Amino acid sequence: MDYLTSVVTIAGINIIMALSFYLPFMTGQISLGQAGFMSIGAYASAVCTVKFGIPYVPAVLIGGICSAMVGFVLGLPALRIKGIYLLLLTLGFGEIVRVVFINIDYIGGAAGFPGIPYQEHTLLYAYGMVLILIVFFNRLRKSRMGRACQAVGTDEDAAEVLGVNIIAVKLTAFSTGAFIAGIGGGIFAHYQEYIEPLMFDVMHAVELIVFTIFGGIQIFWGPIFGAFVLTLVPEFLRIIQEWRMELYGALLVLMMIVRPQGIISLDSVWSIEYAVRRLFRIKTTGVLSPSRTEGK
Amino acid sequence: MIFQQIINGLMLGATYSLVAIGYTLIFGVLGILHFAHGEVLMAGAFMGLYIITWSGLPLYIALPLAMLATGILGVLIDLLAIRPLRKDFHLAPLLSTIGVTIILQNLAVKLFGGFGTRFPDAIGTTNYQVGSFFISSVNVLILGISLSLMVGLYFIIAKTKIGKGMRAVSENHMVAGLLGVNVDWIVLITFGIASALAGAAGVMIGLAFHAISPFIGLTFALKGLVVMLLGGLGNVAGAMIGGLILGLAEVLSIVLLPTEINLQDIFSFGIMILILIFKPTGLFGTRIRQG
Repeated sequence: MDYLTSVVTIAGINIIMALSFYLPFMTGQISLGQAGFMSIGAYASAVCTVKFGIPYVPAVLIGGICSAMVGFVLGLPALRIKGIYLLLLTLGFGEIVRVVFINIDYIGGAAGFPGIPYQEHTLLYAYGMVLILIVFFNRLRKSRMGRACQAVGTDEDAAEVLGVNIIAVKLTAFSTGAFIAGIGGGIFAHYQEYIEPLMFDVMHAVELIVFTIFGGIQIFWGPIFGAFVLTLVPEFLRIIQEWRMELYGALLVLMMIVRPQGIISLDSVWSIEYAVRRLFRIKTTGVLSPSRTEGK
Repeated sequence: MIFQQIINGLMLGATYSLVAIGYTLIFGVLGILHFAHGEVLMAGAFMGLYIITWSGLPLYIALPLAMLATGILGVLIDLLAIRPLRKDFHLAPLLSTIGVTIILQNLAVKLFGGFGTRFPDAIGTTNYQVGSFFISSVNVLILGISLSLMVGLYFIIAKTKIGKGMRAVSENHMVAGLLGVNVDWIVLITFGIASALAGAAGVMIGLAFHAISPFIGLTFALKGLVVMLLGGLGNVAGAMIGGLILGLAEVLSIVLLPTEINLQDIFSFGIMILILIFKPTGLFGTRIRQG
């Protein structure tokens, strides 16, 4: 039971991280720096609790805010570039964050940061955060900002012509993504009790991409599903556990060939929504309901 | 002392150039970032290691064999992970090669262990004294091989029919196809050549550092990306010069900046971020500009 709890908790943290990748991704910004933001949140919150004795919740929030501020600063130059260039920028950012943390002795350097107070109810906090994010993303889907994100992600020039403030949209999405990653890092640090810079390397950021792509890129249920399934399934199948990373790789290649939109597509969400409405006899809003206009 | 470091920097830079040329060739011809290129280099280093230790072949046979093997690996990557992709999702090739990266790196950890492996001293290292400084035979060899490979590549691109095809395809896939260039074939050859160069770089990294591990792929891939940006995406000559510049800058930054922190890594990524912000087209401009 204890083992199960820990696996499910890690899955929750992975869901938070996958969603932190997904938010900038919605606006067409692919970030390989989410592990870097996660480490900023983890270290900042750990410093708050260990060195200053700040309680858990404010400490994690401070971690998120620190990460968001760094995200905002990095988001400014990121406005000018896109695609491969942005990917390289965030990749370099993640590596620099790691090297900087290795060289700061105050937080343990390469040897890591031990003795972070253990949060007993991490499971509740992690899934509480996931719940908040689900509400957030669901509201976002139907809001002006969410539609603006979709528009920028689909075609930046067209969105700008239609009056979307793409600078505001992209910068907000990028720094909010960094905020979510920072929160995830804070929760992670107080669950592991020990963090070191090596935990947050490029491969971790790549893992988040695998979660998102596997689950689906058209709607936020995709990353949630991907992170949950890909964390849980390998834990319970020993053979898969040993070949987990190879399987991820093969899965990524295969998904790109067979189903690039991911397991959960908009169509599947629509049909589920339709079925639920039918089940509870909620009046449908017709074929041209607002949610039908979203997507790529 | 400074002169000694310049030689070392050029040697390091020459291997960076070989990696970056592979990236930039593939980017030029296909317009994609081949993320698994560093792992091809790592595979080349281990091929070289096993060819030399198991069969005892001399370096001048082992190096072409390792290049051949990584060339085949590159062709396989193109056939299995890139050609079957649909064209409408522009991130597909990037993500699919990230998948290949994960597979190759973890397979290498399982096969060779996660720790460093000693690379055999394939050539008797001798130090030549010139004036007041030393040049080792490894330095000479690596510089010589890299430069001759680059000259050979330049000849292929500029003078041969295949090179003409590569240039045509990098201008425009569809028009090149209409004019009778076998686009699929050219892409395949490009992957083969780029991967063979990465294999050569891998063997030379083994010679220079005397040890290799499954994780050198990522390290040198990142350096190669910095160099590709420095030279301009898709610019082969830029990648050659950019590699030498980065190698020199790294070595000299260690010598000239007295500090105990590990500045070398921050330095190259700092350069990369500055270039991305201020001059995304690189020092020498790029012919292909796309998102």
